[in-house]
Amino acid sequence: MMNSQAIEVHGLRVARGGRPVLHGLDLAVARGSVTGLLGPSGCGKTTLLRSVVGVQQIASGEVGVLGHPAGSPQLRDKVGYVTQAPSVYADLSIGANLRYFAEVLGAPKSDPARVLEEVGLNGREHDLVGRLSGGQRARVSLAAALLGAPELLVLDEPTVGLDPVLRQDLWQLFHRLAAGGATLLISSHVMDEAARCTSLLLMREGRLLAQDTPAALLAATGAPDIEAAFLKLVAGFDAIPGTAAAGETR
Amino acid sequence: MNARRTLATARRVLLQLRNDPRTVAMLLVVPCLLILLLKYVFDGQPQVFDSIGAPMLGIFPMIVMFLVTAVATLRERTSGTLERLLTMPLGKLDLLLGYALAFGLVALVQGLLAFGLTVGLLGLNVAGPSWALLAVAVADGLLGTALGLFVSAFAATEFQAVQFMPAFLLPQLLLCGLFTPRASMAAWLHGISDALPLSYAVDAMNKLTTESGFGGTVALDLLVVLGCALLALALGAATLRRRTA
Repeated sequence: MMNSQAIEVHGLRVARGGRPVLHGLDLAVARGSVTGLLGPSGCGKTTLLRSVVGVQQIASGEVGVLGHPAGSPQLRDKVGYVTQAPSVYADLSIGANLRYFAEVLGAPKSDPARVLEEVGLNGREHDLVGRLSGGQRARVSLAAALLGAPELLVLDEPTVGLDPVLRQDLWQLFHRLAAGGATLLISSHVMDEAARCTSLLLMREGRLLAQDTPAALLAATGAPDIEAAFLKLVAGFDAIPGTAAAGETR
Repeated sequence: MNARRTLATARRVLLQLRNDPRTVAMLLVVPCLLILLLKYVFDGQPQVFDSIGAPMLGIFPMIVMFLVTAVATLRERTSGTLERLLTMPLGKLDLLLGYALAFGLVALVQGLLAFGLTVGLLGLNVAGPSWALLAVAVADGLLGTALGLFVSAFAATEFQAVQFMPAFLLPQLLLCGLFTPRASMAAWLHGISDALPLSYAVDAMNKLTTESGFGGTVALDLLVVLGCALLALALGAATLRRRTA
């Protein structure tokens, strides 16, 4: 049982701009899993991901990543992070971007070519990032996070705005990486991506509604799909006094 | 601190500049153009150009480098690349030294061009050795770079970054002894000007204008300018935060 979890979060509270965003989260993400973090936009997904990566100031609680406190220096070449907006240099070529990040990470010289292949941009290394489409730019940002083969990948809405074929390719890539031993934590507000995950975290208004496998969530709620399961969970959650504005009981 | 990461950062910043030739052209040409203006504005009083040409050789490059670095690092912040870099094994000082190295190289080329124009083509007459003028001019460019890196930590938008020029540099320009000798200012202002790096830059240039040889006090002024540049870099690194709200 020792360290079978890639991420362990206990009592995580975060306030941004004086407003509480996360209200004491407890969760775990198993090593080698493809865990989907699902919830409507504004529910605190990005804040949770930032806390895991260690760039978020937290009010209280513990965030453990690969056996270290989140943000520890030992984690800086083991955790890859892709922000929602592509964080690459628009005034550099794809190749120059990747070579720079590879050098900072101390990754092998062959790594830029490898990750370009993985995101399906091989042969494009001379293209200026500023002239790429939004989806291509997002893939360059993802490629940069794959450099150095990190043990944990934290991806904030990596498939948003991509066409269905590309989305399918990326999900296949995510599962290949997990099969190779990496752990992936992927946020999305599109519920139909849930079925592609091995495990799910459902969030709403800064609280965790459920964490389980997609099949177990469907079985427990008796819902036909994850979207319906989410709605059932929300209805049940609102009925508990003190959790949210009281709704109708089921 | 890590030399490989610092050099990689410097190389990356220079590559970015190479992809923006208009900025490079302006960086190199604008100080020269301003000095050229100065020369012919005082066409009828060549002694004025001889007396303020040297300080201007230091001040123009400093202002240009200050603005460019302040905006460059702000772009790094707003594009999200700063956050990415700070999740990676890159030291905060590696990043700032990388920037300082890249823009320092630009300051060197800029200083050489402005110096060649001022002393060569426009025939600036100074008593001190001309190589010392070049040294102080390049040091001033470095100071501008370091100050720009430092203040960009306090700017959240490009509007704010650009405002630091009038807020941070123009008071130094008023107090540095260019318009009136620092000794004739109100005592409290003189005290403040003693604490501002631009005062030493202009003091050095004024001494080189009027005194022959490279005296110990000029060397001391030069050290103060370079020391302030290093201090600004260290403070800049100290104000970078890996965790933000």
